[in-house]
Amino acid sequence: MPRHRLVVPDTVEYLSILDHQGNLDQELEPHLGDEQLIELYRAMLLGRRFDERMLDLQRQGRIGTFPPIKGQEAAQMGAIINLRPSDWFVPSFREVAAELWRGRSPESVLLYYNGFNEGTLLPAGQRDLPMAVPVGSQILHAVGLGRAAGYRGTDEVVLCFFGDGATSEGDFHEGLNFAAVYRTPVIFVCQNNQWAISTPLKKQTATANLALKALAYGMPGIQVDGNDVLAVYSATREAVERARNGGGPTLIECITYRIMMHTTADDPKRYRTEEEVAVWQERDPLTRFAAYLQRRGTLDADRRDQLEAEVLAQIQAAVERAEQQMAELGEPLALFEHLYADLPPNLRAQREELRTTLAAADKEVRHG
Amino acid sequence: MAKMTMVQALNLALKQEMAADDRVVLLGEDVGPDGGVFRVTDGLIDAFGSERVMDTPLAESAIVGMSIGMAIYGLRPVCEIQFSGFSYQAFHQLENHAARMRWRTQGRLSVPLVMRAPYGGGVRALEHHSESREAYWAHTPGLKVVIPSGPRNARALLVSAIRDPDPVIFYEAKALYRAFREEVPEAEETMPLGRPQLVREGRDLTMIAYGALVRTALEAAEQLKGLDGIETEVIDLLTLAPLDQELLAASLRKTGRAVVVHEAPRSFGPGAEIVCRLLEEAFYYLEAPPVRVAGFDVHPPYFSRERWYMPDVRRIVEAARRTCSG
Repeated sequence: MPRHRLVVPDTVEYLSILDHQGNLDQELEPHLGDEQLIELYRAMLLGRRFDERMLDLQRQGRIGTFPPIKGQEAAQMGAIINLRPSDWFVPSFREVAAELWRGRSPESVLLYYNGFNEGTLLPAGQRDLPMAVPVGSQILHAVGLGRAAGYRGTDEVVLCFFGDGATSEGDFHEGLNFAAVYRTPVIFVCQNNQWAISTPLKKQTATANLALKALAYGMPGIQVDGNDVLAVYSATREAVERARNGGGPTLIECITYRIMMHTTADDPKRYRTEEEVAVWQERDPLTRFAAYLQRRGTLDADRRDQLEAEVLAQIQAAVERAEQQMAELGEPLALFEHLYADLPPNLRAQREELRTTLAAADKEVRHG
Repeated sequence: MAKMTMVQALNLALKQEMAADDRVVLLGEDVGPDGGVFRVTDGLIDAFGSERVMDTPLAESAIVGMSIGMAIYGLRPVCEIQFSGFSYQAFHQLENHAARMRWRTQGRLSVPLVMRAPYGGGVRALEHHSESREAYWAHTPGLKVVIPSGPRNARALLVSAIRDPDPVIFYEAKALYRAFREEVPEAEETMPLGRPQLVREGRDLTMIAYGALVRTALEAAEQLKGLDGIETEVIDLLTLAPLDQELLAASLRKTGRAVVVHEAPRSFGPGAEIVCRLLEEAFYYLEAPPVRVAGFDVHPPYFSRERWYMPDVRRIVEAARRTCSG
């Protein structure tokens, strides 16, 4: 009986265009104009500064727990800028920079993280799913959207984000399998930020990397430097084009790092060293991109300061609007809205029950 | 009108809805050439092609999760889980996403999917093939739970479930699939979800059942009349969630006595909710404590002992006589 090596024709590549200092591999430089590059830089900066402001607000008790994105701006923005408005965006829960790019208002993010479900409101007609908290579960929705796009005969694609921890979930495996079997136009972007709360990648998987999992399902896989926005852009662009042309799904593993905590309720000092964080801080996607833009002559110090001021003003205005909205929203009767298309009788009764409780509480405040 | 089994009636519902609306697609394990393990989707792949009748890889979470994505996009997926006992692998997709999408997007996105699954005992099936765990779904805000009791209402309710804008769990009692035939009109027929039906009038006792046990309840009612002259009113719930207690309470106000019958385990089961609603609505009309006749709080026994688990006519009659004797 024979026992021999099977020929496995597929492979995964690693792609990096800007090194840690922002030096460019000229042969791989994507064709992006100055305006596009500035827009991209601005979006990454907005993501960064908004994240920092959210952390301040959370520490002041003005919003609730949230998952910071710091360090992952390139992985998000390099991928998302490839989408057309008619394409679908399926986020996990750490894609605020990409959500803002797609048109979600920063005040809606603040509302959401302060516990108002009104903050989940997406712009009308937007082909974005709300963030998904159960890890990896959104992967299957992306596959369904891609299947529906195929059924409708459109050339829309679906961009789906998740983290390294999600690759251990059954839904990741089921999703990639279904996507490949049905050849759905889905781009799976794994933001491998090295830690799933306190679990490091080496305890998450026994495979050499996450990109090669694509081979098991019969789709292309590629690993990119996730802190290099040009590499993420190029890899995603290639995958988007393939998907749009009927070539099916792709798995992209972005090697990046979560600089901050998993959520504001987490203390990363319990499980990782400051030295490790410092190494990744030196690989910051934003400073690296800025260095490239500066060398290219696209961004000088004045423009940089101007963008910084613009972004901070935008955030300040959003915080003020959000706090005003929160003060106005008040009563929680909205909890009963949108549970079903038509409110069933028992829920109507429960809404009245809450209304009565609220009225009694008001009375207490006034008279008590 | 043609006389049909419940399998044929369900097939008719799917066929007509697919013909009328190209947004309706079917998916599940073996739903294509095989026609589903109970043949509910028989012949549909020939009529509508593999784009609309999708044989999927074996993965329940993916079947439901993918249906969620398709539904968000505007399709009307009807997914089949071969046995309800395997739907738990899709539980989190239904609980975490299908049931919440409308709510968490302030009505912008909805999930009009139907998850069909055969449930319950009575066909001497394998382990994990006989559960009656509809309370899991009924406990989840945002889901609707529909359970027909015969060919004609199964057809009409399935059409309504497909057209419903919210996610519907559609449980089909496999004991009913081929148990009997009923006249089912070829012309379109729908039934409102969330509306129970009075299937037998009576003045002495209210009996509430759903699914396969409606027939058992009706048989018990007949026996009670013959044995004791007890006139039993039988109500078929048809929809467990949202549960409409109006008809139930009105009946109890008339009879003063109630027996709730279901196959699901007794503790924390649908009967507990129904009895509680009756107490809230019509406590002062009660002549005796309401009684539940339900499955025991054990896993459904393997097939040869199955009959000792499922409520039968004898148990129902006994409970009814007890509640009427006081």
